[in-house]
Amino acid sequence: MGEPHPAGPRRTRPEIEYDVLPAADIGAVERALSPLERIANVDWVRRATIIAALACTWEVYAHHLNNPLLLPTFSDTLRALWLAAVEGRLLSRVWSSLQVLLMGYTLGVLFAGALTSLAVSTRFGRDLLSTLTSMFNPLPAIALLPLAMLWFGLGMPSLVFVIIHSVLWPVALNTQTGFLGVSETQRMAGRNYGLGGLTYVWKILVPAAFPSILAGLKIGWAFAWRTLIAAELVFGVASRSGGLGWFIFEHRNELQTDYVFAGLMTVILIGLFVEEVVFRTIAQRTVVRWGLER
Amino acid sequence: MTTASGRTALSPGDTPDRHAPATAEALPLLQARDVTLQYKTRHHLVTATYRVSFDIYPGDRFIVLGPSGCGKSSLLKSIGGYLPPVEGSFTLAGAPVLRPGPDRMMVFQEFDQLFAWKTVLQNVAFPLIATHRCSTREANERALLYLSKVNLTRFKDSYPHTLSGGMKQRVAIARAMAMEPSILLMDEPFAALDALTRRRMQDELLELWASTNFTVLFVTHSIEEAILIGSRILLLSPHPGRVRAELNCDHFDHGDQGGEAFSSLQKRIHNMLFNEPQMDDAHG
Repeated sequence: MGEPHPAGPRRTRPEIEYDVLPAADIGAVERALSPLERIANVDWVRRATIIAALACTWEVYAHHLNNPLLLPTFSDTLRALWLAAVEGRLLSRVWSSLQVLLMGYTLGVLFAGALTSLAVSTRFGRDLLSTLTSMFNPLPAIALLPLAMLWFGLGMPSLVFVIIHSVLWPVALNTQTGFLGVSETQRMAGRNYGLGGLTYVWKILVPAAFPSILAGLKIGWAFAWRTLIAAELVFGVASRSGGLGWFIFEHRNELQTDYVFAGLMTVILIGLFVEEVVFRTIAQRTVVRWGLER
Repeated sequence: MTTASGRTALSPGDTPDRHAPATAEALPLLQARDVTLQYKTRHHLVTATYRVSFDIYPGDRFIVLGPSGCGKSSLLKSIGGYLPPVEGSFTLAGAPVLRPGPDRMMVFQEFDQLFAWKTVLQNVAFPLIATHRCSTREANERALLYLSKVNLTRFKDSYPHTLSGGMKQRVAIARAMAMEPSILLMDEPFAALDALTRRRMQDELLELWASTNFTVLFVTHSIEEAILIGSRILLLSPHPGRVRAELNCDHFDHGDQGGEAFSSLQKRIHNMLFNEPQMDDAHG
């Protein structure tokens, strides 16, 4: 800074002091956004636009194809959805699927929690978790279904079993990854208060690893859905009333393609709801508010 | 190399009676006796400190000063109960230090020591509640009191990610002080701050100390910071850390910087740290 430049004579520059303009004179320091800008900033408006565009494309192409057996139009699908819903048939199928799904999901998440808690507290637990995960995570849940049916019969328990299998490993893997990523400083801060065992896991590790845990829960949810629908499709009615997969299977047999699409659309709608409403709300109230995620 | 019992090698200006058997004076709060610390990396067994001994008395602002890699952070971690010594021991108020505990609250250098999922107030109140020291209501009251001491009452409902680095450190200090620990352990708490903020934080810490008179063990590698903040300085040699000296410095503040006494002490410490014939600069 103060070193004279080695080459050439140094020019002395005058010192200058400025009066800082009052901020009020600058003009638009802060300006309200225009209505269009504000609408474009709302997430669901942008997403809804995408969905609307996809629906339009579908409608136009299906009209052009004019083969309702292969590809019913968007409007036909909506009508089939409406009719099935009004009849009450679709809703009871959805309910039946959701019951199995929620039960399997909840149990899977609980088992994952127990396994990962064991894994952070003991070395045996860590070895157990990593071995089991690498063994069973690549195993498709649907491949276990024949075995499950042999063990538990043609009912809900078999479905719950395969769903637990499909949820447990990805959730455990993500939770474990999250726990390992918790910074040493936060661990030390937690242990500084004499926290240990499950209190330490629950009060320090779980919230600190929550971004990963949430990602695991999302993946687990999607895996559970896939497994359930696939199981119902492949093995037909596996519980008393049959679920959404069975609804789709039934209507395919009767060549009612618009109802098949209505069934698929129901799966999509429930998926959208859970992702965009349930998980998004959880994220907004936790990781986004805490600044762990944008 | 210095003698293993560096504490007996008194420097001029030291008050010898500090080390006399505790008859007239209070007993030492924290005693370190011949503490050797080692930790394992993947390929090596590293000796961090070798036979370090010192006493900390109630109300001390005790500084551990030394070049990077001299084991001062390991020393602090060991007092915190995270790293058991391979030789020697620490005793806190007569009881040996065996594991982490809330009687030795730590303030870390890293800004992520606050819990992101708690607001400023919840962060300060959390240890009080988690250790069942007091009820939620009392904890919140005490947290507010200490937040006002570090001038952060206005931000009590903010989440840590919205605060600046200096504010985060102040929350961490408030959190540690609210527990009213026997000793406050600070691991270079201002090292990651910009120079202006650091200076303000040093003043604030001194003011805080003047009002509550807590005992603090402060680790730093800045000679200047050590002289400003400390009442007594433990000087460690480069790796592995051995006690080089224990010095008094109880009468300096920012106004003395550049003054003659300040500069001479600074120079003396500097010489002790760097101008030793057998030392190589690679560790500095």
